[in-house]
Amino acid sequence: MKRIDLELMVGIFVVFGLFSLGYISVKMGNLDLFNKEGYRVYAEFEKVGGLKPGASVEIAGVAVGRVRDVRLTEDYTALVEMTIKTDVKLQQDAIASVKTKGLIGEKYIEITPGGAEETIPNGGRIEETESAVDIEELISKFVFGKVE
Amino acid sequence: MLFERFLKSIGRVVLRELRNLGSMFIFLFNALVHIFIPPFKFKQLLRQIWFLGNKSILVILLTGSFTGMVLALQIFYTLSKFGSEALLGPAVALSLIRELGPVLSALMVTGRAGSALTAEIGIMRITEQIDALLSMALSPIRYLVVPNIVASLIVFPLLGAIFDLIGIFGGYVVGVKLLGLSSGTYFSKMDEFIDMEDITIGFVKSLTFGLIVAWVCCYKGYNTGYGAKGVSKATTEAVVLSSILILVWDYFIGSVWV
Amino acid sequence: MIEIIDLRKSFDGIEVLRGVNLVINDRELMVIIGKSGVGKSVLLKHLIGLYRPDSGKILIDGSDIVQTCGKKEVCRLRERFGVLFQGGALFDSLTVFENVAFPLQEKTKLPKRVIQERVSEALEDVGLSGIENKYPAELSGGMRKRVALARALITEPSIVLFDEPTTGLDPISMHAIHRLIVRTHKKYRFTGIVISHDIPQVFEIADRVAMLHDGIIVEVGLPEEIQNSENPIVKQFITGSLEGPIKVMD
Repeated sequence: MKRIDLELMVGIFVVFGLFSLGYISVKMGNLDLFNKEGYRVYAEFEKVGGLKPGASVEIAGVAVGRVRDVRLTEDYTALVEMTIKTDVKLQQDAIASVKTKGLIGEKYIEITPGGAEETIPNGGRIEETESAVDIEELISKFVFGKVE
Repeated sequence: MLFERFLKSIGRVVLRELRNLGSMFIFLFNALVHIFIPPFKFKQLLRQIWFLGNKSILVILLTGSFTGMVLALQIFYTLSKFGSEALLGPAVALSLIRELGPVLSALMVTGRAGSALTAEIGIMRITEQIDALLSMALSPIRYLVVPNIVASLIVFPLLGAIFDLIGIFGGYVVGVKLLGLSSGTYFSKMDEFIDMEDITIGFVKSLTFGLIVAWVCCYKGYNTGYGAKGVSKATTEAVVLSSILILVWDYFIGSVWV
Repeated sequence: MIEIIDLRKSFDGIEVLRGVNLVINDRELMVIIGKSGVGKSVLLKHLIGLYRPDSGKILIDGSDIVQTCGKKEVCRLRERFGVLFQGGALFDSLTVFENVAFPLQEKTKLPKRVIQERVSEALEDVGLSGIENKYPAELSGGMRKRVALARALITEPSIVLFDEPTTGLDPISMHAIHRLIVRTHKKYRFTGIVISHDIPQVFEIADRVAMLHDGIIVEVGLPEEIQNSENPIVKQFITGSLEGPIKVMD
């Protein structure tokens, strides 16, 4: 009798613990266990200004994917890999730009849809990009009166 | 010849401590090897998970929720100076997941269960129960140490996660219900600022703390001196050493793995 | 046959055993007597290889336990021993049944039913039936010793060691344990080594008696020989006199 109780209690404890671990991993750590569907798209930027893996990819302010990886190319530009939800199609002439939420908020990628007929396949590339706006640069330009 | 005596006493202390350290690592090595050698003692393992895990839940829930609540109060105060109260959620969650969850839950379990572990094994030593196992040609490491180490490796990360979660909800209660933050901001910002890496660090910390606590507590119990005094000394030493090692190791991981 | 040859051991510079020589024949019940703190328990722990001697040999049927076991913590040679420890050394977390069944469960592949039968038989042998589900903490000192004896005998070892089997017991329980030792010795025909200082009861149960004093065996012989010994040390010990070669702390 005592033995069964012990097993039951341990079972409850382990399930409870695993639930907590799973909850913080999936909900907060963006661990995509159940959300594997989606296709990969690349985009090359001159400057990403602190964009990190896990940042969201948005169209019209609605999240449609996440940044997977950011790495340096041989031409010293930044190559960003992102996954986009399968049901969201991106046109060949869509524009990807690195944006900032608020003045010092985190970076994300905003995609402006294009008008072309062809869509970007899995592993394809968004050709048109807009780099991050460097706020310091902007301010210095403003201070030294170079802003037109 | 006072000076010579002085040098001698230093030498003696250093040698003794080195020998202790050596035997501690041999003990750990022995235990780790035995984890992979059958027969496995599942019943003992279950008992130790129950002892270390189930019985610690109440303590973890209490300390976890209050830690989260205090954190929310403190961080809210700091953030309000910068006008960025919206970051309360991620700030609480990050502190908990990376640092406070693993460390505080490990310290709580050490205080609650680690001391009991040392005392139990220590009493088995002084009442010759360990000798009895040896006289049957059975390895005390397998029966007493391995179940504790494996159970700790399972229990500590789980308790750490429970601590994190309850702490985050504690912070939610204070931040949203008391300080008037919107519940959307509290949670939505979290998944933007917390990476899987933060969670991995917390997990690895908990895992290693589990190993440290089980190792130190079992070692101290296993090498208890004579009598009730020996057991009480071993228990104190086990708790103190475990706690120190937890904090030192926490700093070490934190500085190496950023 | 167990041969102890020139066994020496010191702890922190204090010599506890200073060259012990003793031969114990098969199937005899040897009682080792001596004042508290003269190294009787230390000697016994050497026999099962829990301590390593500084020098000397212990031969069990010709094979050296010190060499065979070496520095190994776990040594198969010990499987031939059954040990009744001073306090019983029952496992607190196990019931009486689980305690007695423990060596069988862990060392043999006997089916559950057989183990059950043998445990009941062993408990009957020591006069304790119907307490299988109690925990050691619920038993009296004498009962604990009996359960421990049942556990020591369950594997039917060829050598059984008794470390002060009657310390802390009342005279009646003491007598009962002595009778039990004799009875089980008759039944299982093991080689028995009893560490004791119960004078004069041990003379009734022993085949031979050895007296350990100051780290050496001062006299070995039949019970009558020891009782009528002319050795002043033995004489003083048996009579319990304060006057004599054995120094008594005031």
